[in-house]
Amino acid sequence: MTPLTFRTALLAGLSFGIASAAAPDAQIRRGAYLTRIMGCADCHMPLKMGPKGPEPDLARGLSGHPEALVMPAAPEPKGPWLWSGAATNTAFAGPWGVSYAANLTPDDETGLGRWTEAQFLQIVHTGRHLGKGRTILPPMPIQNLQATREEDLKAIFAYLRSQPAVRNHVPTATEPAASH
Amino acid sequence: MRPLSLLLAAVLGSLPGVAGAPYGGVRAPRLLSQTGLYAAPGRLDPRNRAYSPQYPLWSDGAAKARWVRLPDGAAIEAGDEDAWTFPVGTKFWKEFQFHGRKVETRLLWHARPGVWIFASYAWNAAGTDATLVPEEGLPDAAEIAPGLRHTIPGVADCRTCHENGRTEVLGFTALQLSTDRDPGAIHGEPPRPGLLTLEDLVKEGRLRHARADLLARPPRIRAGDPETRALLGYFAANCGACHRMDHPLDGLDLDFRPTGRTPGEPGLASTVNRPSQYTLPGEAPGTTLRIRPGDPDHSAVYSRMASRRPLSQMPPLGSALADREALDRLRAWIARAPAR
Ligand code: HEC
Ligand code: HEC
Ligand code: HEC
Repeated sequence: MTPLTFRTALLAGLSFGIASAAAPDAQIRRGAYLTRIMGCADCHMPLKMGPKGPEPDLARGLSGHPEALVMPAAPEPKGPWLWSGAATNTAFAGPWGVSYAANLTPDDETGLGRWTEAQFLQIVHTGRHLGKGRTILPPMPIQNLQATREEDLKAIFAYLRSQPAVRNHVPTATEPAASH
Repeated sequence: MRPLSLLLAAVLGSLPGVAGAPYGGVRAPRLLSQTGLYAAPGRLDPRNRAYSPQYPLWSDGAAKARWVRLPDGAAIEAGDEDAWTFPVGTKFWKEFQFHGRKVETRLLWHARPGVWIFASYAWNAAGTDATLVPEEGLPDAAEIAPGLRHTIPGVADCRTCHENGRTEVLGFTALQLSTDRDPGAIHGEPPRPGLLTLEDLVKEGRLRHARADLLARPPRIRAGDPETRALLGYFAANCGACHRMDHPLDGLDLDFRPTGRTPGEPGLASTVNRPSQYTLPGEAPGTTLRIRPGDPDHSAVYSRMASRRPLSQMPPLGSALADREALDRLRAWIARAPAR
């Protein structure tokens, strides 16, 4: 893969929201726009290998790290190269352990199908997993969402809920090996 | 103001936690001495009544004292035994001491209809007064063990524990103040004169619409033996704020609410021999059980309670030190439980 194709793939990922931009609701359209310019797809939509190099796997939508892609043990986070990422750009290893981009499609069992808007806001405000648990791990840019106005957060949530549900059970984050 | 500082102010104002008083325009006073806890320096206002929940929350081994102030003549709406409604003006305080030194005093104040103010005050070194802690909390408030520091939670974290059910108040409930007090409760304080009880509340006419036999049949956790009762009480206080079926965490059917009415108690029904969403290190995904009778080391509930690693500790916030006594008793209880 050349650096150029990798970059193109990431840029292409930014245009995914277009299909649903036809949705009538202004809030959903604003949410699609925000999700695009904030780059949520960079990590939440897996890359797959295409004829011209890696490209966003549009069929999977924002369903996060693919369930079937079981990652081997990550390299030890040491030295100037501190963290590493999967080819899909959905799994990340570093001093925090291994984190997997969440399924942001409205599937009831594996996505945000059962979340209420209030729960989504709580996740953002607390910076905690499910709004109640451990702190959310890198590289999820939760601080960007925390600096986002509430009506925009609501628009993002409305957009996320309007996508087709994709069933994909993202693995739970694992702790750094050294801490067991 | 110069344009630069104006700009800075505008930017800061838009950051979470720095914004002005978001909660109905009400702010917590700057000093603890201004909250009404004391009538004079060092002297409690006698209208603030001391109480002690039978099942306390573990907070790094802090010694705690608690007071409630109900507005004069006002009563608690007690028709729903699991969720009392408190009159506007009600205040609760909870003081934390480590190694004999006052470290923080927390305030929960029903300031306006629907508005509860959460605040914590950090004590000065001389122990003369305490100052409001910033919205984001205060790490390093006290040393609790060599190298381990107590953190005063930020307001978002207060709300994480306190705003799940139908009431913000967690330790002033019919069960927690019951006259049928659990003598085996973990870290429970024995009753002593001067501590407000359910009986006092009934006799003083402070409970509206409570059932007529509340004192004849006081709330009690239904369990087959005393140790199970004590552990279910511990879970209810320490875990039940988040793990509850009337406000479930996404995808988790873990329920530690005590009902005092169902013999099976959800705390057992949702844990013993039930699969966990969490995978214990070394186990295959999907095979971990929450409580595996006879085998504490392969029980997710025990393992997560024993952990103080950021990704797995339970509860996920509020303490830096695991609760040794509770762990020892849970361990013995799981080990004794007959495997199926
Ligand atoms: C740089 C990669 C990256 C980007 C960009 C990104 N995320 Fe994430 N996101 C992650 C990772 C990794 C996780 C899992 C974090 C964890 O397990 O704590 C995650 C988790 C989440 C979660 C679940 C939080 C929880 O309760 O555990 C939500 C919601 C979310 N992201 C929303 C978004 C939104 C909305 C955007 C765009 C504004 C976005 N993400 C952009 C990497 C990213
Ligand atoms: C880990 C969860 C948790 C966190 C975080 C937490 N609390 Fe509590 N709090 C409880 C529980 C459980 C009780 C009842 C048991 C007890 O008093 O020991 C309680 C009791 C109280 C009480 C006595 C009134 C009542 O509800 O029973 C006050 C006041 C209080 N908390 C204030 C605060 C404030 C202010 C913060 C944030 C600075 C905070 N709490 C953070 C769980 C929590
Ligand atoms: C402040 C909220 C909060 C409190 C209090 C809390 N938990 Fe949790 N717990 C969570 C969240 C969020 C999850 C899901 C994410 C995870 O596994 O970390 C969870 C997950 C769990 C799990 C794994 C899920 C499963 O399916 O088995 C167990 C076991 C657990 N908690 C036990 C406890 C115990 C025991 C206590 C009390 C000692 C407790 N928790 C207190 C928020 C909380």
